[in-house]
Amino acid sequence: MAIFYWTLRALLSHWRRHPVQFFSVLTGLWLATALLIGVQALNSQARDSYARASHLIGGEPQASLGTPDGASFPQDVFAQLRRAGWPVSPVVQGRVQLKGLGHVRLQLMGIDPLSLPGSGAVAGQRMSQAQMMAFFDPPGRTWIAPQTLQDLGLHAGQQPITLNGHALPPLQAQADMAPGLLLTDIGFAQPVLEMPDRLSRLLVDKAFAAGQPTPPAGLQLKQGEDNNLARLTESFHLNLDALGFLSFVVGLFIVHAAIGLALEQRRGLLRTLRACGVSVRLLIISLGVELGVLSLLGGVLGVASGYLLASLLLPDVAASLRGLYGAEVPGQLSLSPWWWGAGLGLSLLGALLAGASSLWRAARLPLLALANAQAWHEAHGRWLRRQGWVAGTALVIAVLALWFGHSLAAGFVLMAALLLGAALGLPVVLNGLLKAVLGRSRSVLGQWFLADCRQQLPALSLALMALLLALAANIGAGSMTSGFRHTFNNWLEQRLTAELYLNPQNPAQAQQLSRWLAQQPLVQTVLPTWQVAVQLQGWPADVFGVVDDPTYRQHWPLLEASSEPWDQLQQGDTLMLSEQLARRLAVKLGDTLSIPTPQGTWTPKIVGIYADYGNPKGHVLVNSKHLLTHWPTLSPARFNLRVSPSDVALLTREVQRAFALDDSRIVDQQQLKGWSSQVFERTFAATAALNSLTLGVAGVALFISLLTQSQSRLGQLAPLWALGVTRRQLMLLNLGQTWLLAVLTLVLALPLGLLLAWCLDAVINVQAFGWRLPLQVFPWQLAQLLGLAMVATLLASAWPLWQLYRSRPADLLRTFANED
Amino acid sequence: MKIKCLLWMCCLLVACDKAPEPQESFAGLGSDAADFAQVVPGKVFSFPEDHGPHQGFRIEWWYVTANLKDAQGNVFGVQWTLFRNALKAGPTEASWRDSTIWLGHAAVTSATHHYAAERFARGGVGQAGAQAQPFNAWIDDWNFVTRPGAASSLADMQLKASGAQFAYDLHLTSSRSLVLQGDNGYSRKSDQGQASYYYSQPFFSASGSVTIDGEVYKVTGPAWLDREWSSQPLSAGQTGWDWFSLHLDRGEQLMLFRVRQADGAGYLTGTWIDAQGQTQTLHNADIQLTPLETTTIDGRKIPTRWSLKIPGKQLDIITQAVNPNAWMNLSIPYWEGPVRFDGGVGYLEMTGY
Repeated sequence: MAIFYWTLRALLSHWRRHPVQFFSVLTGLWLATALLIGVQALNSQARDSYARASHLIGGEPQASLGTPDGASFPQDVFAQLRRAGWPVSPVVQGRVQLKGLGHVRLQLMGIDPLSLPGSGAVAGQRMSQAQMMAFFDPPGRTWIAPQTLQDLGLHAGQQPITLNGHALPPLQAQADMAPGLLLTDIGFAQPVLEMPDRLSRLLVDKAFAAGQPTPPAGLQLKQGEDNNLARLTESFHLNLDALGFLSFVVGLFIVHAAIGLALEQRRGLLRTLRACGVSVRLLIISLGVELGVLSLLGGVLGVASGYLLASLLLPDVAASLRGLYGAEVPGQLSLSPWWWGAGLGLSLLGALLAGASSLWRAARLPLLALANAQAWHEAHGRWLRRQGWVAGTALVIAVLALWFGHSLAAGFVLMAALLLGAALGLPVVLNGLLKAVLGRSRSVLGQWFLADCRQQLPALSLALMALLLALAANIGAGSMTSGFRHTFNNWLEQRLTAELYLNPQNPAQAQQLSRWLAQQPLVQTVLPTWQVAVQLQGWPADVFGVVDDPTYRQHWPLLEASSEPWDQLQQGDTLMLSEQLARRLAVKLGDTLSIPTPQGTWTPKIVGIYADYGNPKGHVLVNSKHLLTHWPTLSPARFNLRVSPSDVALLTREVQRAFALDDSRIVDQQQLKGWSSQVFERTFAATAALNSLTLGVAGVALFISLLTQSQSRLGQLAPLWALGVTRRQLMLLNLGQTWLLAVLTLVLALPLGLLLAWCLDAVINVQAFGWRLPLQVFPWQLAQLLGLAMVATLLASAWPLWQLYRSRPADLLRTFANED
Repeated sequence: MKIKCLLWMCCLLVACDKAPEPQESFAGLGSDAADFAQVVPGKVFSFPEDHGPHQGFRIEWWYVTANLKDAQGNVFGVQWTLFRNALKAGPTEASWRDSTIWLGHAAVTSATHHYAAERFARGGVGQAGAQAQPFNAWIDDWNFVTRPGAASSLADMQLKASGAQFAYDLHLTSSRSLVLQGDNGYSRKSDQGQASYYYSQPFFSASGSVTIDGEVYKVTGPAWLDREWSSQPLSAGQTGWDWFSLHLDRGEQLMLFRVRQADGAGYLTGTWIDAQGQTQTLHNADIQLTPLETTTIDGRKIPTRWSLKIPGKQLDIITQAVNPNAWMNLSIPYWEGPVRFDGGVGYLEMTGY
C-alpha cells in the first residue's frame, strides 16, 4: 500500500509541475463530455416529452376513430358504439388561450376516465376512485405538467379563465403529464372548447383495433402506432446525436494528446520508478487510478456544463420541434439521476478509451531504453504508415457505404468513415507534402524550418486533425444550411401565391364563407382546398383536393412531371405527391398509389412530384372532384384567395366583420412566409450553435497542443539561437511553422467540407427528411470560415509564442547544461 | 337481496376487519345519505314504473341469476348485475354533468371454470342506463331487455353479457306475478332501521347459450331477478353477509340472508315463497344457518358448504357450491356462484370475508 501511495504521489507530482497539461486533459474531458451530454440531454428531454404525450392514456399509443378531415362529430356515436360492443372512449381536444397569457396556446384535452381503454391509466398512473371523483365532480380538476404550470407562472388550485370567458377547473400539477397539455374531464372541456355534445375522436382498445373492425360511416380507424410523434422527429434527433458524437470524438482527441504527452515526459520518471522496484502491475494500476480520478473530475465538470448547455439551447430546440412537428417539449430540463450517472459513465469510458494506448505503452516500456528523438521519429514513421492504411480502409468503407447503403445509418457510416479517413490521413498527407518540399529547399534555415515542421507533426497532428474535422463539419453544415435556406426561400416565394388564406371553423361556416366569398368584388379568385388525413403504408400523409386554376399551373413548381401534368390532374384519375413521400414509399412517375378510403382502396396514377420542404408528413395533391367522390362528406378546409395586394387589409377586416373568425384562421401571405422562415431559422439555430462550439473545441485543442509542445521545444530552438538566430526570428519561424501546418490543414479541409456538404445534401437529407438539395457553394461563407479558423490558429499560437519570445537567454543556455 | 353494493358504500365507513384492504367507493364519497330519498315502510309499488330507475335514491340494482344445465347434464351458473350509483342527491344534470355512475358485473360459472367481468360507465350520455317502458337495462353491449311483443314488461326477456373468456345470451320468460320481499317490499337490513325497497321475480325459466373459452353450450334452467333500491349504508359494525336464493324442486322458492356483525351476532331474515307465489317472512328464530366447510381463496376462508334448516317448513338441506372457486375478482372482490342441494339449486353470495 505504501509503495502504491508513493508511486501515485510521484506520478501526480508531474501534474503539479505541468499545470497546463493537467488542464488540457481536464479540458478535453470536459468539452467532450459537455457537448455530448448537452445533446443527449436535449434529445432525451424531447423524446421523454413525446413519450409522455403518446403514453398519456393507458401507457401506450392508442388507436383511435376520427373523421378523415379531423372535424368533430356528434357524441351519440360514442354510446352507439359502446352498445354495439366497441371498447371506445371519448376525447375532445382543441387549443385554448388563457386570459393574461394570450401569447401561449395550450392544448386542452377532455377525457372520460371511466371508459379509458387498456389499463385505464392516465399520465402514468391508475386513477383511484377518489381521484376519479375529484376529476369529474364539479369543480373538477385540470391536470397539468409541473413544468408547464411553472412556465405559465400559475399555481395549483388556480382556475384560469380562457379567452372565451370559461373558467377551467382548478389546476393540479401531475407528474408524467405531457407538457403544454391541459387535461380535464370531458364534461368541462366541451363547453370551454365550444363543442357541446361533440367529440374530436374516440380512443379504441388496442387489441380490439388490431382486429381491423369496420368503422362506422364517416369515421376512420387509426392504429396506435400511426400517430407516433417519435417517428416523425427521429431524423431531427439523429442529426443532433451525430453532432454530439463528433464533439465527443474531437474532445477525446485532446485527452489522448495530452495524456500521451504526459507519458512521454514521464518516461524518465517511470524508468526510475521501475528501477526502484515498482512492479509493472502496480505502475499500471497507479496510472489507471490517476486516469480514473482525472476522468471523474472532467466528467463531473462535463456533465454539469452539458446540462447548462442543454438548458441554454432547449428553448430553440423546443421552438423548432413545435414549429416543425407540433411537438410540445417543455422549456426546462428535468433529468433523472440515472441520466447523470450515464453521463459520468460515458465520460469515464471516453477517458479510458483515450488513455488506453498510453497505458499500453507504459506497460511495455523497455526498462533501459533512452528517449531518442531520432529513434522516436523512426517509430513515428512506422506509425504513420500504419495510420495511412487505416485511413485508406476508412475511405474504402466510405465509398462502399455510398455505393451500397440506402439508409440513414449508412449515411452516417459514410460520413463517419469519410471524416475518420480524412483525419487519420491528414498527418500522412502533411508529412508527405513537407517531405516533398524539403527536397527542394536550398537554404539551411529553410531546410531546418521544414524538417522541424515534420518533427513537430506528431505532437500537433491530433490537434490538426481536430481542426480539420471541425472546419470540415462547419463548412459542410454551413453550406447545407445556407443552401437549404436559399432553396426553401425560393420555393416559398413560388409556392405561396395566394394573398390570403381562410380556415373555416366548421363545415357550416365553410358553406357560408363559400357563398359569401363568391359575391365579394375584391376577391379575384377563390381556391377552396379539401383536406383528408390518411396513412399511406403506415406513413401519415395529407391528401389535398384542389380545383383547376392557372395559379397552380404557374406557381406550383414540379421536380418531375409527366407531359401536361396539370391537364392530367384535372381530367384523369391521377395525383401528384411530395418528394419525401415519393421516396418514403419508393414510387415514381407513372406508378399508382394505394390510398385507403371509406369505400375501399383508391389507386390513382402519379403524374407529378414536387418539393415540400420542412413538412414531416406526406403531401398528396388530387383534383377535388376525385377527392369528393371518395369522401363525399368533406367540406373545404381552407380557402386560398387571390386578391390584389393592396386589398388584403380591407378584405381581412370585412371577413372579420362578417364572420367570427379568430386571427389564427385568417392568415395573409406575409405572415405565412414570416412564420415559415422563422420555423426554418429555429430549426437550424441549435445546429449552428453546436457547430460553432465544435470549432471552438478544435481551437482549444490546437492551443493546448502548442502550449504543451512549446515547453519541450526550447531544446530544439536553443542551438539555433546559439548559432545567431534572434529570438524574434525564432518566434516568427515558429509562427510560420504553425501557420504553415494550419493553412495546409485548412486547404485540405475545404474540399473535405464540400464533400461533406454534398453528403448532407444528397445522402443524409434524402434519407432523413426525404428531400434532396442541390449542392451550392457560398464562397463568401467559406472565406469567412477560413478567416475564423486562421484567427483561431493565431490566438491558439499567441501565448506559447509570447512565452518563447519572453524566454531569457539563460533559459536557452540552460538547455545545453541539462543535456545528458 | 344484493348487498355487495351496500358493502361498497360502507366499506369506508365500517371497519371491515376481514377485508384485506378497504376499498374506496363512489357512493361512499358522495354527499350525505340524509340528502337522498329515504326508504320508509308503506310504499305502494307501481309497475311497470318501478322497473325503471328511482332518481333521488342513492343506489339501485337490476340483478339476475340463473341455474342452468345442458343436455349432457353439465351445470352452469350465470350472473348479470347492473348498479346505479348516484353521486349526489338532487336532480341530475344533462350529458357529462350527470352525476350517476353505472356499474355492471357479469359472471359465468361451471364446475371447473369461473369467469367474471365488470363494466363502468357515466350516466347522461347513453352508454349505460335503465328505463321502465319499454323495459331496458344496459351497460355497453350487456343488456337485459324486454323482447318485442312481450305480454307484459318482464314476461319475455333477453339477457346478454360477455367477457374476455365467456359470453351468454339467454331468453327468460315468466307469466307469474312479482314477489314483494320483506314487509310488502320494505326489507329491513338491521335492527337499527336500515332498509331497502326490494322485489323479485323468482319464477323465470331461462334457455339459451353459454359460451366458455369458445365452447358453446345450449342450456335451460330457472332464473331469478332481484330489484332493490335504497339510500342508506349498513350500520356500523355490520361486516358482511351471506345471501341465498334457492329454487326448490317442489316448486317453492326461498330467499334468505344473514348480515354478519363484528360482535359475532347477525341479522338473519328471509322470505318463503310457496309454489303459488304467496310469501311469508322468516325471522331469526325460524332459521338455522351453519357453515360446514370453508375453501381458501386468495388467503381468505370462504364457507362454501352450509347447513340450512327451517323446521317450520320441513326444510333440512346441505348446500354445496357447484364451483367453490367462484371468486369475483373485480374492483370489489366477493364470492358469488351457483349452489346445489338435495332437492334443488340456487345462488349464494358472500361478502366481507
